Amino acid sequence: MISGMVLYTVATLYLVFSFYRDKHKTMAALRSSWKMFYNVLPDLLAIMLFVGLILSLLTPSLISSIIGENSGLLGVAYSTFIGSIALIPSFIVFPLGKTLVQNGAALPQVAVLMSTLMSVGLVSLPLEQKTFGKSFAYARNGAAILMSLLFGVIVWMVLS
Amino acid sequence: MTRLKKYRLFLFLLFGLLLLAILDQKLAIQSVELTGKSLLDMLLLLPPVFILVGLLDQWIKKETLIKYMGRGSGVKGILITLFLATVAAGPLYIAFPIAVLLLKKGAGVRNIVFFLGAWSTVKFPVLIYEFTSFGAEFTLLHITFGLLFFYLTGMLFEKIYTQEKLLQHDNTMKT
Repeated sequence: MISGMVLYTVATLYLVFSFYRDKHKTMAALRSSWKMFYNVLPDLLAIMLFVGLILSLLTPSLISSIIGENSGLLGVAYSTFIGSIALIPSFIVFPLGKTLVQNGAALPQVAVLMSTLMSVGLVSLPLEQKTFGKSFAYARNGAAILMSLLFGVIVWMVLS
Repeated sequence: MTRLKKYRLFLFLLFGLLLLAILDQKLAIQSVELTGKSLLDMLLLLPPVFILVGLLDQWIKKETLIKYMGRGSGVKGILITLFLATVAAGPLYIAFPIAVLLLKKGAGVRNIVFFLGAWSTVKFPVLIYEFTSFGAEFTLLHITFGLLFFYLTGMLFEKIYTQEKLLQHDNTMKT
């Protein structure tokens, strides 16, 4: 909410300043902003609906039971999978992670889940492919999965 | 027809929602509520981000951006990329159009990969949540390792992908 307000204030200030300096440039900027928005809208709507469906099916207690203290490598695999398909706003990720740990999930698995939630996006993969091409999109998501797994190992070694 | 094709994934999911509604009404209602909430969040964040991107496109000269974020921009490039990625708000898919614009203006592939990585690892507003939920040690480990990893990934990807190769797919500006 606060970051939204900051964003709007900053955007409005720059917009007013830009309009004051050059009317035509500002209108061109607004036109290209609208075009970008219009082009990502179909994919965004799909992403949002998918997130809604996934989150209503995966409740915190269900996830906690899947990735509990003794879930081991299988738990890591589940974390990676769930984290890669679900996509939730980053400011929800950590409070959700805390809830999971309190419900009995293991910390390294939760670390992997949170990290993949933020950096891997199978739902937004179509959008990423359209933007950068298939090869780059797959490679980036692959790298993000690897990073999340390594982070899980680090958390396991250092913090538990 | 092409417009309908753009929405096919959405329509497919809408069909899934319909199926769910037949099977379990309560879950379906919950899905709609959750979808509505994230839609609202998104509609709140997206317009100012896109307006800023549009303004950036008009006012920042290519030469300036190459100087600060292009190949060989060094530590300065890292710091500016990091700053841009961590102050912006929103999920990773908002970063794609921004990244494309930066690429178009001459930012290096290494910095773009680092930008996306940093965007998905460190966010100043989110940092507070991470810190209070998991403590300083966890947060520090996450940030340090994440940033290091994605910078190295950027160095690797720079050898595989060129700016031109990445830009030929872009359709964010197509009408």
